[in-house]
Amino acid sequence: MSKFLKILAPAGAGALGVLGSAYMLADQFVVDIPAPARGTIVVAANAATEDTTGTEKTSVSAEPMAEIEQVEMMLQSPEGGFSLGREALSEEVAAWDIDVRPDGLGLPEGSGDVFTGEEIYLENCAMCHGDFGEAIGRWPVLAGGDGTLDGEDPVKTVGSYWPYASTIFDYIHRAMPFGNAQSLTDDEVYALTAYVLYLNYLVEDDFVLNRETFAEVQMPNQDNFFMDDRAEVELGEFSKEACMENCKDTVEIVKRARVLDVTPEAAEGDETQENAAEETTEQMTAAETTQAVDDASEETTEATDAIDPELVAAGETVFRKCRACHQVGEGASNRVGPHLNAIIGRSAGSVEGFRYSSAMQDAGGGGLVWSEESLREFLTNPRDFLAGTKMSFAGLRDEDDVAAIIAYLGSMSE
Amino acid sequence: MVKMFKGTKPSRRSFLKGALAAGGAVTGAGIAHAAPDTAITELQPWSQNLGDGVDVSPYGMPSEFEAHVQRKNVEWLTADTVSSINFTPLHELDGILTPNGLCFERHHAGVAEVDPAKHRLMINGLVDKPLVFTLQDLMRFPRENHVYFLECAANTGMEWRGAQLNGCQFTHGMIHNVMYTGVPLRLILEEAGVKTNGKWVMPEGADASAMTRSVPIEKAMDDCLVAFKMNGEALRPEQGYPMRLVVPGWEGNMWIKWLRRIEVGDMPWHHREETSKYTDLLENGSARRFTWEMDAKSVITNPSPQAPLNHGKGHTVLTGVAWSGRGTVPRVDVTLDGGKNWHQARISGPSLPMSMHRFYFEFDWDGSPLLLQSRAHDSTGYVQPTKDQLRVVRGENSIYHNNGIQTWYVNEQGIAENVEIS
Repeated sequence: MSKFLKILAPAGAGALGVLGSAYMLADQFVVDIPAPARGTIVVAANAATEDTTGTEKTSVSAEPMAEIEQVEMMLQSPEGGFSLGREALSEEVAAWDIDVRPDGLGLPEGSGDVFTGEEIYLENCAMCHGDFGEAIGRWPVLAGGDGTLDGEDPVKTVGSYWPYASTIFDYIHRAMPFGNAQSLTDDEVYALTAYVLYLNYLVEDDFVLNRETFAEVQMPNQDNFFMDDRAEVELGEFSKEACMENCKDTVEIVKRARVLDVTPEAAEGDETQENAAEETTEQMTAAETTQAVDDASEETTEATDAIDPELVAAGETVFRKCRACHQVGEGASNRVGPHLNAIIGRSAGSVEGFRYSSAMQDAGGGGLVWSEESLREFLTNPRDFLAGTKMSFAGLRDEDDVAAIIAYLGSMSE
Repeated sequence: MVKMFKGTKPSRRSFLKGALAAGGAVTGAGIAHAAPDTAITELQPWSQNLGDGVDVSPYGMPSEFEAHVQRKNVEWLTADTVSSINFTPLHELDGILTPNGLCFERHHAGVAEVDPAKHRLMINGLVDKPLVFTLQDLMRFPRENHVYFLECAANTGMEWRGAQLNGCQFTHGMIHNVMYTGVPLRLILEEAGVKTNGKWVMPEGADASAMTRSVPIEKAMDDCLVAFKMNGEALRPEQGYPMRLVVPGWEGNMWIKWLRRIEVGDMPWHHREETSKYTDLLENGSARRFTWEMDAKSVITNPSPQAPLNHGKGHTVLTGVAWSGRGTVPRVDVTLDGGKNWHQARISGPSLPMSMHRFYFEFDWDGSPLLLQSRAHDSTGYVQPTKDQLRVVRGENSIYHNNGIQTWYVNEQGIAENVEIS
């Protein structure tokens, strides 16, 4: 394969190893390389004299040995291969090969009906996707949206958009429920798939999904997808000569980001102002924290020693994992999960207006009160602590995270 | 019970405004100092005292004065941070390589913390012999080094209906550019022996989303890599440690992280990420699928809304990045007047196919308002279109592949804003 090497680079110089000594200007030095060599790099040993506009052709010295062209050769497998790795056992392939295709290849044995699917759905899915697939917050909408795809606000759901029913089974099987992937049996996945199809009026309520009935399901939007056609539609249109001078007479601003004001706050700061203020800001934060602690100690005689502002701040960060479902602080309300204000000391399953699992209600009825200890156990492994809880979160593995979040929640009193 | 932090803290922004009002005036260029500069006349502590010895920071971190240089999230974009995205601070970077810790993150089930000793790569499907590799096995294949950009297909996706986010970090920060070290996927597939009817491969991740995409065999056998290093060190966990697929020039979603399996098949799988997501909905309700290549694109990173012109009139350095999924970017044009007249920018640094390019344009700013744009030309002759040109073809609902020309309005004070112009 050495035919691709014009001049062999010094031994030990990797593909990019000599780049540090020389730069190319644009691709004026990139030459056509025979097809098998890709990712080609051509390096001029004498760095090109860079002109400020880049418009002038820069010529490379023609003196022998004044330049080295290095072309990376294409790696080849030796005859009989490298003899690396080992043959996969059929059990191993079976364990991982879970994918399902539109023609049904990969669908396992088993079956599931709409009603069974509804039960599983309400227990495992409705907290994010809504009872009817309408979705809570910004979680994915599963149903509806018919006739919206060519409108101003397209709603892309399983029914309105997804081209293949196989994708529903495959995705639920590999990735759902969120935070507890691959925990459902094949029958449960069949049942859930049937229920999601039912939510989209694609099957009747007596439908039973299995390998055979799968072929009966027709997805309404299947024919509205087509292969990328940018090469025909766009590339020619967008490869015309670009105007450089006197391209237009007037220019008006027609849209402004500031009108919307949706940029994250810290992004708006002026760089220099931020740098200048950085130190002072840190001081202020420290002062503010001290003040807050002082305020707290005036209000409560309890455990000022136990207040650790750093731990509380760390807990606030850890709480990001919870925010999708839980609110805490001023104006917190129930969302996918109950609000967490004054959680410590609260009876389990006792927030008004939140629909708890029966397991959580029973635990509260049985006298479970959220203390630092019980929260610690629950947050470390929710399902171990309380089998049947609706909380799909897998748990916090790091003890420090648990301690931090308890400190944070403890600081959010009402 | 412990009580503290009652009420809300004053925001950082309101504090900054206050600090500015109190008078932190920026000194203009070329203005003579009335008094000697204390940065010179006073002995600084670092000039007198000893600093940390070696080993204080066994894994080095940036200066504390650079602590503001961070990836950032746009909270309202997604339901939670576990299946979400954050953005590379392009306005803080220069050259073409993205530092590993600043490469934007996109996860569908959080960062998988994979134990490399328990990680396997399986090749199965339409192959002569299904194989299993350990990381150690993989590192005995010949490997290559390549610099490639990885751009999320949704980069700039929030801007389809008009200027929305004020900062190139948020409008263009779903991209990074690093040097990968990895094994050509072709060698691994050849080891298993692809059957003649093997036309597609399906890489799959080991994370809790078990991410999958269908990749045509031609691309798999061409320039894809199974990479285990980025910028010389092990992949970061958030970038797929211990191994990820590299699909040069193609949309980031296909670069499967925590790569555990590659199946060979005779047709595409049409999984969730290539049907319900990463398909481009057009105005008439039909949708393009398999829009793999990233079109040529560029953005001015400085000045930009997060990096205003603080120095007043005078000599000014404008810079930005450009890239194309179809080759190199031999030319970038820049306009200061909203596209009436254009100037060819200077490209500095390596010009590599499917890698970021760095461009500069120096000019003498007279202090009047600017309408800045950059326009990339790639090695196929493609010229980056305006956003309106794209909308004519695609409407406003496609979310993905928005490579239209970005406009920054810079006012007399040097403050920059994301706008669109006629």
